[in-house]
Amino acid sequence: MKIKFAISVFVLALLMIGCGGKTEKKDESFTVDRKKSSEKVEQEASETSQVPASQRITLDNKGVGQIKEIALDPEINQEMATAGGELFKTNCTACHRENKRFIGPKMQGILERRSPEWVMNMILDPKLMTEEDQCAKDLLVEFNGAAMSNQNLTVEQTRSLLEFFRTL
Amino acid sequence: MKKIYYVIGGLLAATLLYIGCNQAAGTNTNGALASSAAEKVYVAPGEQDEFYAFLSGGYSGNLTVYGLPSGRMFKEIPVFSQFPTSGYGYSEETKPMLNTSFGFVPWDDSHHPDISQTNGELDGRWIFINGNNTPRIARISLETFETEEIIEIPNSAGNHSSSFITENTEYVIAGTRFSVPVPQRDMPINEYKGNFKGALSFISVAPETGRLDIKFQVLMPGFNYDLSHPGRGKSHGWHFFSTYNTEEANSLMEVNSSQNDKDFIAAINWKKIEEYVDNGGGTKMPANYAHNVYSHETHTGTSTMKKEVLTVDPNEVPGAIYFLPTPKSPHGCDVDPSGEYIIGSGKLSADLTVHSFTKMLAAIEAEKFDGEAYGIPILSFDDVMAGIVKSGGLGPLHTEFDASGNAYTTFFISSEVVKWRLGTWDVVDRKPTFYSVGHLMIPGGNSRKPFGKYVVAMNKITKDRYLPTGPEMEHSAQIYDISGEKMELIYDFPTHGEPHYAAGCPAELLAPKSKKIYRLDENKHPYGINNPSEARVERNGNEVHIYMSTIRSHFTPDNIEGVKVGDKVYFHITNHEQDFDVPHGFSIIGQNTSELLVMPGQTKTSIWEPKQVGVWPFYCTDFCSALHQEMQGYVRVSPANSNIELSWSLGE
Repeated sequence: MKIKFAISVFVLALLMIGCGGKTEKKDESFTVDRKKSSEKVEQEASETSQVPASQRITLDNKGVGQIKEIALDPEINQEMATAGGELFKTNCTACHRENKRFIGPKMQGILERRSPEWVMNMILDPKLMTEEDQCAKDLLVEFNGAAMSNQNLTVEQTRSLLEFFRTL
Repeated sequence: MKKIYYVIGGLLAATLLYIGCNQAAGTNTNGALASSAAEKVYVAPGEQDEFYAFLSGGYSGNLTVYGLPSGRMFKEIPVFSQFPTSGYGYSEETKPMLNTSFGFVPWDDSHHPDISQTNGELDGRWIFINGNNTPRIARISLETFETEEIIEIPNSAGNHSSSFITENTEYVIAGTRFSVPVPQRDMPINEYKGNFKGALSFISVAPETGRLDIKFQVLMPGFNYDLSHPGRGKSHGWHFFSTYNTEEANSLMEVNSSQNDKDFIAAINWKKIEEYVDNGGGTKMPANYAHNVYSHETHTGTSTMKKEVLTVDPNEVPGAIYFLPTPKSPHGCDVDPSGEYIIGSGKLSADLTVHSFTKMLAAIEAEKFDGEAYGIPILSFDDVMAGIVKSGGLGPLHTEFDASGNAYTTFFISSEVVKWRLGTWDVVDRKPTFYSVGHLMIPGGNSRKPFGKYVVAMNKITKDRYLPTGPEMEHSAQIYDISGEKMELIYDFPTHGEPHYAAGCPAELLAPKSKKIYRLDENKHPYGINNPSEARVERNGNEVHIYMSTIRSHFTPDNIEGVKVGDKVYFHITNHEQDFDVPHGFSIIGQNTSELLVMPGQTKTSIWEPKQVGVWPFYCTDFCSALHQEMQGYVRVSPANSNIELSWSLGE
């Protein structure tokens, strides 16, 4: 008797689900107390620091790669920054936004967190950086394993991107 | 009792030792032999091959790229056939490449690849290959390893004595195997004799761009023009074609075209004919043939129908064409690196006939003719023959050369490769092939500069060489080390389709210039977008154009609404990656064509015609990153009469 009842409840439930599709209302079908993956990531990354990599200040770290020392002129070179802005549009916006987190970190304020050398090395050889630079490694984890693409830019193009970031 | 134990024990120990030693010795002997062959073909992980080998794909219609000596296959280059792996022949951009005067022909039978040359040496700019069935010649870039151009050959049928390249890539030469009425017309088949013609086409190659153009066609008597090779060195300016069916039979050819004791090798002085047409000679004939060109800037092929071809009647250019009698239905027609010897392989014979270019010129000079065929002088066999190779084999087909005066000929019936000396005609060595070998290839072996280290024999029958895979098996190929006096069989490998001829060259000729990406800033595709902010969806009647971009690992946009049943949806996908070896794929449920595989910086287009209302997914087919499984999107398809506006988004 109990079983029969259970089956008919089940059938009813199925019927209801079947009909329910019509409404297209957001159906909170199940809720579990889940943490956002980014929170979980922070805990994993905490071996090196409690602060998420994207918020860490690592201005002393020049990263790994061909760029060893960059001296920035106090004046922003507008021509270079404009060229960099164009490059940003074609080569970076698939994953980066100027002022909000997207696939990768936002670019606004990047030079308050990272050294110019680190930024250029990251653009020029993201694979090497994520293998050998701790901050880049942690960023890869924090950003869901979305590896940064090597866009095959020249040093000169990368330098102009850096100038563009200074204007943000 | 103890004694017995000792005796037994002693005997046992001795036996064990004996067996042990014996086995050790045996293993060593085998090991030494096996390892020397193994070492020769072993390319250790991470290391690269010494040579590229390009094997025709036969009835696959394509061209396959292998490494030597490893026999590893690197790529299948789609040429004459649709290729779902990349979308070639399915994408909107590449459909025009397969256009012909017969409409869209998505397949062919590819036979004889040949690499471009400068001064008779391989220069590695392009490789050419013929489509045998619906006569076409393709030019493939050796920077992108993609088909760049296909030209159809009018008046030809069974485009077999093709595609052979002259010493400075002046011409790609394409001859017809089957003679046909020229121009084509409705006539009784049994009136073949004297009425059909064999068109031999000389297709010029523009020195900078490689662009193909049929400069002229020589309309020869109605024989079968089987294979050909250009003269080189002293014989540069001439081209040699083997012929059979000089009987001009039109039925039961197996018997009827093997009646004559000798057929011909046709020697054509193309420089003389070129001069004739440059001075206004020849007859323009109405024709209809497709010329398809692919641009790496627009990533798009265009097809143009050409309406005229310049033909030459051999009798109008006296002194340009001669017939060299050659026994037993010659198949292969090969020219040695010096250009002096022309080797005709009478396929129904045991012997090879070698003609001398010098003797041929002398006989022409002395006007020692044995007769004529349709006005073309026939030279006397004894006046042009340099020597006969008494091979002891049966069914000679093709010959290639090394750099030290040796020739290597395949024998189909007796299944072997025979090595012999040019000049003395002595057989030096012979090795069996497995089984029934057709062509063979030595890298550079049909040029002035062969790289005589390996020969690859391509066999027609596989039988027991590999684990059986049902009635149909891939054809087998064998690699022989030819660096010593005796040839040594060092490796077997399976091939794809039925490779006929092949071409090979040193890896360093191509590897350094092999293209890695297409530059996004050079992309001139009309539907390409060079940044994601240009991604959009536009409607034009029932055509919907989606301008979409990809980068690891998302499509922009990935949610599209406002598409309706009955729409023709064009997905124009631009891959925004600029890194080596990061293609993205595109596929959508119910696609009636194929997926697209889009290289970095490239744009490709797929048409999708949704037939059912619903929300349909699309995804990337090429495992592109750790988040590849997330690379997907949805298209909402509404009823035909819906008024839902077009909209698109990513991450909103």
